[in-house]
Amino acid sequence: MDRKDFIKQLRRYQKGSISRRHFLGVTGLGTATAVLAASMPHLLTRRAFAAGELGDQVNLTTWPDYHEPKNFEKFTAETGVKVNITVFGSNEEMFAKLKAGGTGWDVLVPTNYTIETYVGEDMFEPLETALLPNYDPKFYTDARFTAPGDVNGKTYAVHKDWGTTGFVVNSAKVTEKPTSWKEFWDLTNGAHKGRTMVHDYQLTTIGNALKYFGYSFNSNDEKELAEAEKLLIDSKPNLFAINSDYKPSLINGDAYMSVCWTGDGKQLQKTDPAFQYILGKEGGEIWADFYAVPKGAPHRAAGYALINFLLEPHVNRDEVLFHGYPVADKRVIDLLPKEIISDPILYPAAELLAPLEFGAAATLTNPARAEIMARFKSA
Amino acid sequence: MSAGTATIAVPAVTERKQSGRWLTALLLAPSAIWFFVLLILPLAVVLIYSVGVRAPAGGYQAAFTFDNYLNLPARWTAFKNTLTLAPLGTLICLLAGYPLAYFLAVKSSARWRLILLILVIVPFWTSFLIRTYAWIFILGGRGIPAILDAMGIADVRFINTPFAVMCGIVYAYLPLMVFPIYVSLEKLDKRLLEASEDLGAGPFATFRQITLPLSAPGIITGCMLVFILLMGEYLIPQMLGGGKVFFIGNALVDLFLQSLNWPYGSAVAMGLVVIMLVTVTLYLRATAATGGRRDASLI
Repeated sequence: MDRKDFIKQLRRYQKGSISRRHFLGVTGLGTATAVLAASMPHLLTRRAFAAGELGDQVNLTTWPDYHEPKNFEKFTAETGVKVNITVFGSNEEMFAKLKAGGTGWDVLVPTNYTIETYVGEDMFEPLETALLPNYDPKFYTDARFTAPGDVNGKTYAVHKDWGTTGFVVNSAKVTEKPTSWKEFWDLTNGAHKGRTMVHDYQLTTIGNALKYFGYSFNSNDEKELAEAEKLLIDSKPNLFAINSDYKPSLINGDAYMSVCWTGDGKQLQKTDPAFQYILGKEGGEIWADFYAVPKGAPHRAAGYALINFLLEPHVNRDEVLFHGYPVADKRVIDLLPKEIISDPILYPAAELLAPLEFGAAATLTNPARAEIMARFKSA
Repeated sequence: MSAGTATIAVPAVTERKQSGRWLTALLLAPSAIWFFVLLILPLAVVLIYSVGVRAPAGGYQAAFTFDNYLNLPARWTAFKNTLTLAPLGTLICLLAGYPLAYFLAVKSSARWRLILLILVIVPFWTSFLIRTYAWIFILGGRGIPAILDAMGIADVRFINTPFAVMCGIVYAYLPLMVFPIYVSLEKLDKRLLEASEDLGAGPFATFRQITLPLSAPGIITGCMLVFILLMGEYLIPQMLGGGKVFFIGNALVDLFLQSLNWPYGSAVAMGLVVIMLVTVTLYLRATAATGGRRDASLI
């Protein structure tokens, strides 16, 4: 087989029009690998999965644009397990779906402040870290990004990445150079009516309305929440939309500003440098996302294999390059190009990070916050 | 003797009746079970939930209170949106669908009719979700507003307005209106139209007195189909309303999936059920009354 023929077969295999077995067969790679493996057993460092051991699929529940698709192809090629993905717009919704039961999820990606509640409701299993050789706590740079995964001394979730919640501005349209949440809301209700989006997510939407008044992002104080609700309901006619999937509307020019997460800010700026990601100087949210396995996961072994695969430093580096969120894993940071490490969107200056707050568990279950968000949406 | 035969015959008749009843019951059983398990039982659960309270971490906790019902006015805007946009959408579908159905059934040639009917169905071959996504682009900043902008009409916004939701509704529900009307018009006896003309009625009078009353069953069916489905609509306002045009369906999804307030969600759902029962009953009564009058005048 010549080189051209080989590439042709490879493309067919990548597209899925021929099976892995067929590909290895026609290219002779299968035989070559077998011969190599037999003569050099020390090459077999990666744990080999016998066919069928992991099943043929795994269900991952995560956030939009949050994984490098090629990594999943690689995982499927290595293990024969197909990755099915479900995405959500808010932790509340993810929690509600899992609580209702019958989801069939194997791996999910909860945010720091929710883990305690999941564990309290007996919905997560303590992770069998022996099945996650790529997870090693000693490589994590900052305990704040890993600690929420441990509840009552047991590890229920392992660190995926972290980030901030600021806002994104299309500077070609909004020339006022806002630097604070106060300006964000004032522009929404002033010069740029009908051009702002907020998340369909109580934590960030209510939290950043609270920030307008300088209150804590996590406030559950009745009077402060009432003020935030009034701002939200008064602003509603001037919003473009309430939607956690804000990139399409920003890119096609319908919206000029939106509450925004780090990685989306990075992805938008890559698309068009006019997009600027801003951390309100009053503060706002800093967060970390995790991988967890729900109790009764139908493809439990495949779920662990997937988490372990995604934590492999080279795989994880490709994830970061795709989604644009920083990680706390030293091994991955060492593999990242310098312009990513020094990118002010991913790794903001310390004085901007200082006033940020991690979401508090109480906000997830507080009925007052849930009802304010629901009233705001139905107003 | 005759009395004797009668006494013999009687059990035979009741036996036949009995077996007939058994057969009827047997034939009805699947749908009865279906309705009981999938309609009556869930409705009972919703009713019980609606007088409960929200559990601390969300969900349902047993209680007996009418607070959820007293709190219904907090969703007034969603009720108002649904109760204005659903009837309006039904009306626009009727006004747009009737001429189309009339053309298909009465005016088009037999050769073209099949092709045209297929064209009405063709959109169903693509996922509804994808077609609604297409509307996001048509109505979004780079769609029609961009064309209007090039023509000198600047700063027109469609997406995330009631107008956008209405476009999506009429687009999606039009076939549901067209088909029942088409069926009722297709059966229309054309000799009645000729008779009407012979008796000196103009086209408008013929339409008003012959065509419209005879197609009334199709109109009623079409309107019911569209209206009932629209009252529970969720996807179109979600996608084309951007969270700014909120239906009861959206409020329900929010209450169950975001707020985890199942009892309040159940109360809102019961509110919707009651409104539907009342409006549909009133509508059927009104149309039955007018339909009856027209039947009488026709004969």
